[in-house]
Amino acid sequence: MAAPSLTAKSSPPATAPGADDPPILDVRGLWKVFGPRADRVVGTPLAELSRTELKQRTGCVAAVRDVSFSVRRGEVFVVMGLSGSGKSTLVRCLTRLVEPTAGQVRLDDEDVLGCGERRLRELRRHRFGMVFQHFGLLPHRRVLDNVAYGLEIRGTKKDDRYERAREVLELVGLAGFEGSFPDQLSGGMQQRVGLARALAVDPEVLFFDEPFSALDPLIRREMQNEVIRLHREVGKTMIFITHDLSEALKLGDRILIMRDGALVQMGTPDQVVGAPADDYVRDFVSDVPKSDVLTLPWIMRDPRPGEPLDGPELAPDTVIRDAARTVLSAGRPVKVVSGGALLGVVTTAEILEVIAGPDPDTTQDTTPDAASDPDPDGPDPVATDRDEDGRS
Amino acid sequence: MAAVPTTATAATGAAAPGRAGWLRGRYLTVIVLAAWVALWALLRGRDTLALGGAELTPLHTRLSEGMDAIDAGRNSNPLFLYFINYIRLFIDESVTFVQALISRPSFGRPVPVIGWLGVTGIATAVALLYGNRRTALLTAAGFASFGLLGLWEESMDTLALTLTAVVLALAVGIPLGVWAGLSDRVNRFLTPVLDFMQTMPTFVYLAPLTLFFLIGPASGTVATMIYATPPVIRITAHGIREIPVSTLEASTSLGSTRAQALRKVRLPLAKRTIIVGANQTIMAALSMVTIAALIDAPGLGKTVLKALQTLDVGTAFNAGLAIVIMAIVLDRVTSAAGRRVEAERRSGRARGTRARRIEAGLVLAATAVLVYLSHVYVWAAEFPGGAGLGSYVKQGAGAASQWAQDTLVTYTDALKNLITYGLLNPFQSLLAGSPWWLVALVVVALALLLAGARAAIVAGVSLVLLVLLGLWHDSMVTLATTLVATLIVMVLGVVAGVWMGRSARVDQVLRPVLDAGQTMPAFVYLVPILGLFGATRFTAIIAAVAFAAPVSIKLVAEAVRGVSPTAVEAATAGGSSTWQLIAKVQLPMARAGITLAASQGLIYVLSMVVIGGLVGAGALGYDVVAGFSQYQLRGKGLAAGLAIVVLGIMLDRIMRAAAQRAAARPAPH
Ligand SMILES: Nc1ncnc2c1ncn2[C@@H]1O[C@H](COP(=O)(O)OP(=O)(O)OP(=O)(O)O)[C@@H](O)[C@H]1O
Ligand SMILES: [Mg+2]
Repeated sequence: MAAPSLTAKSSPPATAPGADDPPILDVRGLWKVFGPRADRVVGTPLAELSRTELKQRTGCVAAVRDVSFSVRRGEVFVVMGLSGSGKSTLVRCLTRLVEPTAGQVRLDDEDVLGCGERRLRELRRHRFGMVFQHFGLLPHRRVLDNVAYGLEIRGTKKDDRYERAREVLELVGLAGFEGSFPDQLSGGMQQRVGLARALAVDPEVLFFDEPFSALDPLIRREMQNEVIRLHREVGKTMIFITHDLSEALKLGDRILIMRDGALVQMGTPDQVVGAPADDYVRDFVSDVPKSDVLTLPWIMRDPRPGEPLDGPELAPDTVIRDAARTVLSAGRPVKVVSGGALLGVVTTAEILEVIAGPDPDTTQDTTPDAASDPDPDGPDPVATDRDEDGRS
Repeated sequence: MAAVPTTATAATGAAAPGRAGWLRGRYLTVIVLAAWVALWALLRGRDTLALGGAELTPLHTRLSEGMDAIDAGRNSNPLFLYFINYIRLFIDESVTFVQALISRPSFGRPVPVIGWLGVTGIATAVALLYGNRRTALLTAAGFASFGLLGLWEESMDTLALTLTAVVLALAVGIPLGVWAGLSDRVNRFLTPVLDFMQTMPTFVYLAPLTLFFLIGPASGTVATMIYATPPVIRITAHGIREIPVSTLEASTSLGSTRAQALRKVRLPLAKRTIIVGANQTIMAALSMVTIAALIDAPGLGKTVLKALQTLDVGTAFNAGLAIVIMAIVLDRVTSAAGRRVEAERRSGRARGTRARRIEAGLVLAATAVLVYLSHVYVWAAEFPGGAGLGSYVKQGAGAASQWAQDTLVTYTDALKNLITYGLLNPFQSLLAGSPWWLVALVVVALALLLAGARAAIVAGVSLVLLVLLGLWHDSMVTLATTLVATLIVMVLGVVAGVWMGRSARVDQVLRPVLDAGQTMPAFVYLVPILGLFGATRFTAIIAAVAFAAPVSIKLVAEAVRGVSPTAVEAATAGGSSTWQLIAKVQLPMARAGITLAASQGLIYVLSMVVIGGLVGAGALGYDVVAGFSQYQLRGKGLAAGLAIVVLGIMLDRIMRAAAQRAAARPAPH
């Protein structure tokens, strides 16, 4: 029941880095069932029940249901869903803070679920880092000691770990607060400490569990920019949980959407916005101004015979909002051109339709129009609930 | 206690039938009581199983023989030879060592190693370094007052015993608490054990302990540990448990081992809570060390005990005062230490600042000088000037008591007679004067009606045990005293508790008084009351009321305050008068808390009523005390101790079950 090669299918608008590299993290058929005798659920007919039914029948909660995905090196991978959809459980399963019930997690070529306690600790000490919603700082330690904590428990000498901690504090913009205690800092600053603590051990994969939802909107925006900057500077792989769509769109190279423990859609931001897999996702994205997210290929069409083709040219990764001025002032079709080839044209009509909102009667069709287009060059939304290819 | 707030939701669904059943239950209760009184009038004095003070049953004789056998085995039985005797030796040696340091002439010297000046210096330094200046001042004054009252040596004996017991209790209790905090299984196992240790009246295990550890410091210390260890275990476990999951998870996510998480996260974060536990343990230990005077533990308790036995109110008051001062000093220093830990954490001031280190150095140097002086010079070793203050206190208290007894006699007698003739005597003659089987039937029936089948079974078994122990009549007399005292406690508890619960100002005034009352060792309560009322059953009742009322008042206040403000607001908006509000909203809604207050009050009362055996309450308490002092009565004393435990368990179970019912029943409208 895995969803292989989801990533390989995404084309033009999807500009995830390193698309061809082998994934750094590969997750197959992951389950987590909480409750009495949870192990009897997976692989039996009980697994087919909905969450509520399962709860009624067995008292178990299926927090994560058969989720598969892979994350590429250097990617920012966002997991999104409503409260209770299993995001936190999913990400905790990856580092085994929560022990999964079934499935497979591979880090590079290592089987994470198969490794022993000592090896797991090694992974956590050297390769994983995590930032928590409620910070989880140690109130009895200074900021410096909080940041150095990960190094301390793996046995780094005092001078070395302090030096490294100072470096990281500088990186997150907290130089000068080494001697403060956590409760002397604002929420945003505390989360910077949490971030610094995770970065201090120089992990390869960073997990964020709703790191900014306890912060007020202004600080949140600032911290998001901070993460973007850090990602640019240190280039770590990041797995980022949020229930805030705009945050997901802003940060994510790709987005995985969960409902009731199961994966409902996975794709690039514009695939999610442009081609929601079902009503759940559609509800989710309904508030987002599409013109801010979608790129031109989502609205362009083939030139009609007789149309003038001497208008300005735009690249296919231009966001609609940025193209609007050019298109509206051009007075004729604007060409979308990639590598000298004409992909399509965009006119005032298409722009207006996106910005003004679709005609109410055709709500369902407007954007999926592009999406359902089998054109191999067009965006190909990956709307997989669980596709039925057998698990390897 | 924790089991009381059960789900009210389960019952609300069945509100109508539940309410009808409850009414029927009430009806039946009245019928049972009426039948009892009627039958009592007919059968009075028959089958009461009364037993004279020196009379023994075969069981008592057999218990005595059993105790003799244990005595005889002390130097031959391997359990003694390889285990118990070593524990006794170790504890005795520890206590003797501390005594040699601070209270007793030792090492061929006429005075202890450290004299009064040195001890006062050390105590003050500890208070200064771990607490603050105010507590240091209080400590210095407190220790000086021990000397001034003429009770230096006795106070130091009490301190030595308390410190030894506390160190041992903490050495056992903190690791156990940590373990229980980490493991659910251990916690589940320990909880009922601790419950039992805490509900058993302290007084009861003294006698059996002397069998194993002989009369003296070792028994006293072990008894104190039994009483004083549960708080630190519970509170430590709680502190370890309540660490935020997110903090622990963060630590785990960085790859910390379990040992690292304990050492670097759990223990530092639980530190303040553990200190609170230590505080409770210290206070409990002091209370028990004074009671351990009954088995010849040295110290202030012994002075009080002797004075109580000779009805010398002045001397008892003097020593009682010293105990109270010690309790206050110990409480303030440990509380201040706890607050300091918290404040340092909050303010983020690192411990190792320069100024602080210099201060600590100076304090330590000064202390060393004082200790040296007190080691070398007689004036610093023995408290100078005799017991000037002490004799004034004794005379003053003696005279005040005499005056009070002479002058207030009209009022005190009126109160005494009112309670004795109005409540105690009828209760007692009903309970102790009915045939035993009638009382047993009535109690089982009431337990069934008020608390359910399980409690009724416990009650039935307990009552049969009381008969078998041969102490039915004495048990009923004690029960009557206990019930009367509990009744008074509850009247006080509801009146004061409602008042406190409704008014923040009253709360502010009363709470410190109640807190102080709770830190006072149980023994001390007897003294002023004895001064006022002389040695009677009534004295024991009033002492028990004074001892138990603070707990009950606080619980009731808590419950009244816990009533949802919306309900109160709605009733007020509906135009209820204050009395209507109290009677129709706040009391009914606080019913579960009030029942809990009654059951706690009852346990406290029971443990105090037994101590009241010392001052004329007679019955089981007297049997236990007599067992301490008279060889041929030791078997009976042991049986009386068991009877007290049985009574305690029976009452506790019935009250708890009744409280649970009350919590589950919807409030009437
Ligand atoms: N330790 C646990 N025991 C039992 N059930 C759990 C446990 N942890 C989570 N669950 C259940 O699993 C489901 C998913 O929880 P999870 O915390 O992963 O959701 P989430 O998507 O992170 O929600 P939120 O946005 O509120 O953080 C919930 O229904 C929750 O009740
Ligand atoms: Mg979550």
